Amino acid sequence: MPFQPVILWTDALIFLLLALVIAFILIARRREHLRAPWREVMRSKMAMGCLVVLLAYFTLGLLDSLHFRPALPSADASNGRVDYSTEVLSVLDLAAAPLRSRVEKTYSAPFAAYSYARETVTRLDGTQVREFPRLQFGGAHLQDPAAERGRDILLRSLRALLVGGIIWLLSGALLVALLARRANTPFRLMLANIMRGRTAIPWHVMLYTSGAMMLLAAWCVALSGAYHILGTGKVGQDVFYEAIKSIRTGLVIGTLTTLVTLPFAMLGVLAGYFRGWVDDVVQYVYTTLNSIPDVLLIAAAILMLQVYMANHPDQFDTIALRADVRLLFLCLILGITSWTGLARLLRGETLKLREMDYVQAAVALGAGHAAIIRRHLIPNVMHIVLITMVLSFSGLVLAEAVLSYVGVGVDPSTMSWGNMINSARLEMAREPMVWWLLLAAFVFMFTLVLAANLFSDKVRDAFDPRLRKL
Amino acid sequence: MIAYIIRRTLYAIPILIGVNLLTFVLFFVVNSPDDIARAHLGVKHVTQDAIEKWKAERGYDKPLIINERAAGVEKITGTIFFEKSLALFAFEFGRSDDGRSIGQEISTRMWPSLAIAVPTLIIGIGVAVSFALLLAFFRGSYIDLWGVVICIIMMSVSGLFYIIGGQYLVGKLWHLVPISGYDVGVHGFKFIVLPVVIGVIGGLGAGIRLYRTFFLEELGKDYVRTARAKGLSESRVLFTHVLKNAMIPILTGVVVILPTLFMGSLILESFFGIPGLGSYTIDAIQAQDFAVVRAMVFLGSVLYILGLLLTDISYTLVDPRVRLA
Repeated sequence: MPFQPVILWTDALIFLLLALVIAFILIARRREHLRAPWREVMRSKMAMGCLVVLLAYFTLGLLDSLHFRPALPSADASNGRVDYSTEVLSVLDLAAAPLRSRVEKTYSAPFAAYSYARETVTRLDGTQVREFPRLQFGGAHLQDPAAERGRDILLRSLRALLVGGIIWLLSGALLVALLARRANTPFRLMLANIMRGRTAIPWHVMLYTSGAMMLLAAWCVALSGAYHILGTGKVGQDVFYEAIKSIRTGLVIGTLTTLVTLPFAMLGVLAGYFRGWVDDVVQYVYTTLNSIPDVLLIAAAILMLQVYMANHPDQFDTIALRADVRLLFLCLILGITSWTGLARLLRGETLKLREMDYVQAAVALGAGHAAIIRRHLIPNVMHIVLITMVLSFSGLVLAEAVLSYVGVGVDPSTMSWGNMINSARLEMAREPMVWWLLLAAFVFMFTLVLAANLFSDKVRDAFDPRLRKL
Repeated sequence: MIAYIIRRTLYAIPILIGVNLLTFVLFFVVNSPDDIARAHLGVKHVTQDAIEKWKAERGYDKPLIINERAAGVEKITGTIFFEKSLALFAFEFGRSDDGRSIGQEISTRMWPSLAIAVPTLIIGIGVAVSFALLLAFFRGSYIDLWGVVICIIMMSVSGLFYIIGGQYLVGKLWHLVPISGYDVGVHGFKFIVLPVVIGVIGGLGAGIRLYRTFFLEELGKDYVRTARAKGLSESRVLFTHVLKNAMIPILTGVVVILPTLFMGSLILESFFGIPGLGSYTIDAIQAQDFAVVRAMVFLGSVLYILGLLLTDISYTLVDPRVRLA
């Protein structure tokens, strides 16, 4: 095999989460009371536009979660033994291979052809001068950057937008054709309905959003082939690549935190179901945990993990595994500081559900506690878990940046927006300022968080019956 | 009332014991003092003598829970659990890694923290309530709709962006105030302005949105309909009746965080070089000074529980319908 698949802990959990969400969608489709609020979300133009943006982020994140170790070119391929590289790559790395490998010496501004720092260069005639050297890759195809660069960028942009536009038109037409076939209407009628916004689901908004995203993506892909479109970082790495790789970290923290804490939050179901001393104990535990300030608890736990890792290096043999365990642990500890809210919600809902007729009927039929909880209670509180996940997502993505700043975030070797901001902060005083790292991290983070916030706002409206009447 | 306060205070004791046990487990059981010493002194090339010396300097050279070698009461008191964990109840925080008394540091550093946190809180509430009233007054209109969208946009911007952007614009580009530093008295004003403004702006989006829902909730109640029915103008209904009643959830929400203001803001203080408790904590985390982190965890919990207590009391004060049961 030319590669060996590697499944990191967070990868496994991400795909488990994906499976759970798909299973939930399939279940919810058949149950009207679960379906109604989501249908309302799907009718909102704002929510569906944001969903397209979120899906784009999630696709990149998922591609980046398929890890493998490539085979090394071996000297004698005859004996059939293949050695694999120690470096763990992802499918996204494969797609962005040129971005990953084109490393400059140090900082350079976006679209620059020259380095940020002066260097001593020896001319052909033997004299030494201090000047800004040309970049090895960024704008390397230009003879005279000062004269040609503007025209070159413009030409490449136009070509990229043209290609992006064509791809968008084709895929849009395919979507409309599929919808027309499903609704059994002629293509032109369907197209007219969609364009005038006369469909139940605002397809036109989704088409326009995906169009904008595709144009942007095409532009980024085309120009990042010849330039560093967001500049390069301290050791010359491409900032655009770093920002894209950070998406996975943000998504893992934003989603896995809720998943990882599900077992703890289920204590809320137990508390609501059994009441009495179980309820007292669970409430005591979550009040205690809640009273410790979040950042301090996270800091204390991460510091302890660092000490543990330093003393047991044998258990974490690769850098990727170390970074991954730390990421998972961060999710866990973030979850432990935030499960109390979810547990409280689940407890309240269970208190309500246990008095329902169907639960009473199950008791009368002689069903055991475990069966009632598994069959009747947990499926009926799962929507609360999903809503909590949607609502807490953006806060967690933002928290990652702050925690990395404090020094208790993800591993320094993990690419994340927090680490990008943190490394750029040290360069604030330099003249001219190194602004592109900050800009890239903030823009990527802002887009994701804004889309998630607007989407979750609609979800909240759809599920909160008190607000619905306003 | 006094009986109620005493009872609520007694409820806090088991929670504090829980926090204390948790910090003990986290700081001494998960990793033994030997492990921590080794991590501090560098994992490789460290001798047992160096570890023992490190532990003795900090008083970690005792057994964890029971001291077998000592006699009588010493069996219990001559242990890490007694000296380091239980001592927190008496607010004896011990010494930090650089040998200074943590209790002393806390009492001097809380003032700069308060100098930032109190104005931020008061101005923040004032501004957020005003804007929220405005949105509630124009509820359902485009002003309201776009106001909420702007709030969401403000919430989506990372807090670090406000700080870095503010420092860059105001401090570096316009040279209006120094980028960082601190001073007491009138001279200190120029150092405080920027962190306070940034703190207010950072919390504005969430604040406006929260208070707007409080106002809208009140607007749906019966007494509002009665007030309108007797012919009061919409602005009068909003600014006198609704505002007064909505202040109950707003103020009780503030009371919870009042005690924790002492702790200061981790990020703001460290960016602006303010010698408060927030930057103290962050320095301790980065230097892996466990004694300080442990002290701050305990102090934070005590202040939070105090906040909950004050909230309960203030509820019964402002809303007589809440029974003291």
